Amino acid sequence: MEKLHLLFVFSFSWLASHLNMWLRTGIGNSFLLLVTEMLIAGISLLAFLVILCFFLGYMERKVAAFMEIRLGPNRVGPKGSLQIVADTVKLLFKEGLTPDGSDKFLFNLAPFVVVVTSMLAIAPLAFARDFQLWDVNIGIFYVTSISSMAVIGILMAGWSSSNKYSLIGAMRSGAQIVSYELSIGLSLISIVILSGSLRLSDIIQSQANGWWIFKGHIPVLISFIIFIIASTAEINRAPFDLTEAEQELTGGFHTEYAGMKFAMFLLSEYINLFIVSAIAATIFLGGWMPFHIGNLTGFNHAMDYIPSSLWFFGKTFFIIFIIMWFRWTFPRLRIDQLLNLEWKYLLPISMGNTLLVSAMAVFGWYL
Amino acid sequence: MVLITGYVKMNGTEINIKKTGFLKEYFGTIFTSLSSLLTGMKLTGYYFIHPNKIITEQYPDNRATLKMAERFRGEVTLPHNENNEHRCNGCQSCEIACPNGSIKIVTKHEISEDGKKKKRIDTWVYHLEMCTFCNLCIEACPSKAIVMGKKFEHSVYDKSQLVKILNKPGSKVMKEAEE
Ligand code: SF4
Ligand code: SF4
Repeated sequence: MEKLHLLFVFSFSWLASHLNMWLRTGIGNSFLLLVTEMLIAGISLLAFLVILCFFLGYMERKVAAFMEIRLGPNRVGPKGSLQIVADTVKLLFKEGLTPDGSDKFLFNLAPFVVVVTSMLAIAPLAFARDFQLWDVNIGIFYVTSISSMAVIGILMAGWSSSNKYSLIGAMRSGAQIVSYELSIGLSLISIVILSGSLRLSDIIQSQANGWWIFKGHIPVLISFIIFIIASTAEINRAPFDLTEAEQELTGGFHTEYAGMKFAMFLLSEYINLFIVSAIAATIFLGGWMPFHIGNLTGFNHAMDYIPSSLWFFGKTFFIIFIIMWFRWTFPRLRIDQLLNLEWKYLLPISMGNTLLVSAMAVFGWYL
Repeated sequence: MVLITGYVKMNGTEINIKKTGFLKEYFGTIFTSLSSLLTGMKLTGYYFIHPNKIITEQYPDNRATLKMAERFRGEVTLPHNENNEHRCNGCQSCEIACPNGSIKIVTKHEISEDGKKKKRIDTWVYHLEMCTFCNLCIEACPSKAIVMGKKFEHSVYDKSQLVKILNKPGSKVMKEAEE
């Protein structure tokens, strides 16, 4: 019984507060305490991200295989699960070549810029109840501004490679991110209007009596769909992967990269995938909030027993799966179709939608 | 307000302006594109939850039970029946049809029982190392003597081993396939 009790009490917030208490007794100096805690948080975040990327890489290949009636990796490790590890080891042994005519400093800097910008955006995410690295009061604003910085790293990589394919890929990425940023911002704003706060924890709290996607009726559903489409474009994944477009650009902005520098672009791609899915899960699907139906107290209690971290990761992986589903179903857009979709469809619709949502918020037309 | 939709022709002279039905077209486009995308997602989603539909062959693990597809093109073969007879009459249509000269038919003349001179094949030389498996020879053959075989494990240590004589020693042409 004691054990079972412990299982229910155990949560990430419990872990964090106990760690804090334990460190407090060991380290008297408050500055040192802060530094130690930051180090622990940073290292565990890095470890988490690397494991996450291994898992996402495996998941992507398996999902792709099953959708294309193939088997996917099935030789290394049980059901091919160690294939990604093998690939990483292979990349480690490759030479990190820097092309002769390139701008060497920028060329070597670009992968780090790309990875760092993707990692920065993870800071305000709430992984579980009361478990958040940085509960900043401008959470949404912070995430959108950081994620639009990703284009700097891509432009840097494309420009410094002094390769026309890389440059075209980078330029396309610029056009793409600049245009789709607008729709992302507008669809996020609709929830900010409804919940009245930019702070992520407040937005999650506002969904305690129902997730926004259920409470907000059709306008929120529309902004959810727009967010998913635009963020797929923002992270340069198929069907919006014009920046890489293997058939035309032989790999786009990372054509010239090899070895671990190439692996860093891959890493940032998966981190970005996780981040946009986590943001969508937090904003529209209630983050770590369990699923509750009105007054069904018994059902709601049963849902509360599922740990909040499981709720968060379940929702996030649901959206990751949907984005993967897009990738392995849809053909790639042309650049004119891409801009057409944004400027003629997504932007006007999300503007009208924002108006609707504002009206909803003013008149209180939501639960 | 007139909203311009539709297309502009490349020379710029003909502009297709629709004055009415703009909204209908706008939302119609959204609806048709969404529904066609959903159709695609339905299919891939169906495959995702039906792993028994997977078509991957686990070669060479299943080498013993491997069954090639109906129209698979492995090599050109000249089937013989149990009396060591084939259907080739030496007309050389296949040799002419072959785009890269992978076939060489060497003919000879035989005197049949009634004293007539008949053209017969001596050797049916097939250069597997040059063949592109285009199937043109098989389509050209008037007596359906040759067919595509299913064997595909052709690796050898020297390319001279890939030059094959398709007619078996002492084989004859079938009675009904003559001329
Ligand atoms: S399959 Fe094509 S290339 Fe091969 S022998 Fe026949 S005609 Fe020639
Ligand atoms: S294989 Fe067919 S086409 Fe070729 S020589 Fe024989 S009968 Fe003629």
